[in-house]
Amino acid sequence: MINKILVAAGIAALVSVPLWLDNSYLLHVLVITGIFIIAAMSLNLLLGYAGQLSLGHVAFFGIGAYASALVSLGFSIHITPQWVMTVEKNPVWLAMLAGILAAGACGWFIGRVAFKVRGAYFVIVSISFAEVVRLVALNWVELTQGPMALNNIPPLAFNSFVFLKKPENYWLILTVAVVCYILIRRLVNSRAGRAMVALRENEALAASVGIDVTRYLVLSTVVSAAMAGAAGALYAHYVRIVDPDIFLFVYTVTMVIMVVTGGKGTLAGPVVGGLIFGLLPEGLRAFALPPEAQWIAYGVLMVLVVYFLPQGIVPAFRNLFQSKKIA
Amino acid sequence: MDQFLQHCLNALMLGGTYALLGIGLTLIFGIMRVVNFTHGELYAFGAYMMYMLVMLTGANFFVALALAIALGVALGAVLEFVLLRRLHSADIDTTMLVMIGAWIALQNAEQLLWSGVAKSIDNPFPSAPLVIGVVSVAWNRVFVFVTAIFLVGVTYVLINHTKLGKAMRATFQDRDTAALMGVRIGNIHTATFALGSGLAAAAGALLGPVFVAYPSMGDLAAAKAFAIVILGGLGSIGGATLGGFILALAEELGAGYVSSGYRDAMGFLLIIVILLFKPTGLFARKERIG
Amino acid sequence: MRAMLAVENLSVRFGGLLAIENLSLEVREGEVLSLIGPNGAGKTTAFNAITGYLAPSAGEIFFKDKKLNDLRPHQVAAQGLVRTFQKTSVFGGRSALDNVLIGLELRATQTPLEILLGMPKVAREERELAAEAERILIFVNLKNRKHELAAALPYGEQRLLEVAIALAAKPKLLLLDEPVSGMNPSETASFMAKLAEIRALGITVLLVEHDMKMVMGVSDRVVCLSQGRIIANGTPAEIQRDPEVIRAYLGERHKIARR
Repeated sequence: MINKILVAAGIAALVSVPLWLDNSYLLHVLVITGIFIIAAMSLNLLLGYAGQLSLGHVAFFGIGAYASALVSLGFSIHITPQWVMTVEKNPVWLAMLAGILAAGACGWFIGRVAFKVRGAYFVIVSISFAEVVRLVALNWVELTQGPMALNNIPPLAFNSFVFLKKPENYWLILTVAVVCYILIRRLVNSRAGRAMVALRENEALAASVGIDVTRYLVLSTVVSAAMAGAAGALYAHYVRIVDPDIFLFVYTVTMVIMVVTGGKGTLAGPVVGGLIFGLLPEGLRAFALPPEAQWIAYGVLMVLVVYFLPQGIVPAFRNLFQSKKIA
Repeated sequence: MDQFLQHCLNALMLGGTYALLGIGLTLIFGIMRVVNFTHGELYAFGAYMMYMLVMLTGANFFVALALAIALGVALGAVLEFVLLRRLHSADIDTTMLVMIGAWIALQNAEQLLWSGVAKSIDNPFPSAPLVIGVVSVAWNRVFVFVTAIFLVGVTYVLINHTKLGKAMRATFQDRDTAALMGVRIGNIHTATFALGSGLAAAAGALLGPVFVAYPSMGDLAAAKAFAIVILGGLGSIGGATLGGFILALAEELGAGYVSSGYRDAMGFLLIIVILLFKPTGLFARKERIG
Repeated sequence: MRAMLAVENLSVRFGGLLAIENLSLEVREGEVLSLIGPNGAGKTTAFNAITGYLAPSAGEIFFKDKKLNDLRPHQVAAQGLVRTFQKTSVFGGRSALDNVLIGLELRATQTPLEILLGMPKVAREERELAAEAERILIFVNLKNRKHELAAALPYGEQRLLEVAIALAAKPKLLLLDEPVSGMNPSETASFMAKLAEIRALGITVLLVEHDMKMVMGVSDRVVCLSQGRIIANGTPAEIQRDPEVIRAYLGERHKIARR
């Protein structure tokens, strides 16, 4: 009961932020953080619950972004020198759906691969996949404009309502984040979630009681990828410009840091991790450090967390709380 | 046809250093089961050491090369001792995350120290290329090739004909039994990581003067190293050597006949395609290294 | 019509080694059949081949006249054949209750879409599954351990949990791989009683065991394996007297102690 009240209070507090925070820049930071939290939650499903060492996650994010942007802007490409495929402009909500579907489809592909290729090799495949996607985005200029970026992407809109002001975007992202959290929670607390954990903990045993390992691997990657794609689509229409740098490995690393330090395999972990690493750069900005120093700090922090809080912050807190209760 | 031969020759020159990269990683990955994300940084380190020694302190090129490799070995040993020993060979997720943290810290430290501007490194070789019939090759690349092959040979001898190498092979095959037989696993791990890192640094020290040195050069190198490990099979020096040349050839031909933009994609595409058909790598031989 | 489980001319080869050679056996519905034999005889290999973890090199396996040969382990389980493992296998990081809940996978009907949409059916089914899991835990006398981490349970209870997980999957034929190994005599005795209760539920049992007292006490029939081949097949009393069995286990000079 107390939990529910706390959660409700927390959400109310979050909703109220644009009402008293007058700083447009800080609101922007919160929006970006929110988008990253959605991406982190999706990675947590795959990395934390299903236990898949997938380090190509940024590919889903970027594919969602590009697909959504392209469908909303319209594009035409030469499939062969004579045959041109043209897609007209589409409303943003449809484009975002396309982004989610495209990312989900890639998730399906990776899921099937994950079953065949195991452990450390799968890590490498996932990274390679993301890199190939980046290089395609960089080189297939006809489709993606390459390094010149896709710009003037239509802003977030639903029918005729356009989300132009920061508070409106903030509330939209917050809503999507809450919805995603609920979806993940439902999945995790169901037979699907149990099956994912089972295949992570003891695959042979899971199979012996009828758990179809491939099916659940694919389910976890599809949902995870689709959600990351949604985050990417939101990003594309919020920032309104997208270039191949969106596929850089560092962004996967950022998401991994968020999930791992927050606590992988917990619901609150990616949220906590996302808040910390989304807002930390702003905090560090006050010290006027070069951006490299910030990354060095991240690296060191990751190592420290792995050593001293191997489960992440949320479980560490929980344990602290538990032992206090007993004492 | 001439074009093709030229591409092959270029691939030969490049393949040797790729082999060094690959062998280093296959040893670390194979013996320690660590997804070594810092491998690329050691490569960059080797190149930057060359820059510092040759350009900033005016040292002799060959002395600098030897020193850069030695420093790479040292750095590898330090990294293993500080970061990995304490983990008592924890599961692969944990070590992977530690390696990622180290990789970020190292690369950004390099960026902070040397700035993002690419640095070129002088070499003492004549700039006029060696011409052999219809193909030509720059002298510095010939040097790189010869040195790389030499280092591959040294590594081979080390692994197959020394006591240390024997211990490493035993650890690769069955760690617990090796420990029972008196092998100090901790020391073997440090030695392996140091050796692997030294090879990566050597590759960087050799290629740095051929191309340029820039902070993120390690990332592509690491990716290629992983591709080579998968091509050649975990723990196989012969496989990694062959893999290095195959990758170099695929890149050269891809860049030459498809598009140079996709050159770097070759490695990744190879990885994906191979693993899809043979999930354990092309020449996977789980039983022994060497 | 074949017996419930019919293994016909099964051979399993690992590289050059023939682990199982031309094995034929059948398990009749309602019986308890024990598979005995010295270590390395091929018993666990047979289990692995029957349940889809290993591909046979030759031979066919039929369960209720359905051919199992090309099925993957989870599909075999869905047919009603559930096995346990020789090495203790539980989901260590989860509670005992969660362990059994995972085992109830085959009884769950929620689809991913229903789960994501939060349909009431899902919550209802979760409640039913939780109740069923609790019933199963009570059956193996682990009710008061329900929230304990499986990895923290004492050895004997972990083995009971394994059986609970297997039972959750609603087996018609239960394959138990050395279920009492490592248990003390009193734990073994209570397991024997539990086995009788499992049998009373209508579940057929194929058992691999070394503990002769248990084997003789619970089995209707016993099959003895040695070096991948069957060397004896009969009632417990017959097996005890069989010279081939005695030789396989104990060498030429000894006899199995009479009960």
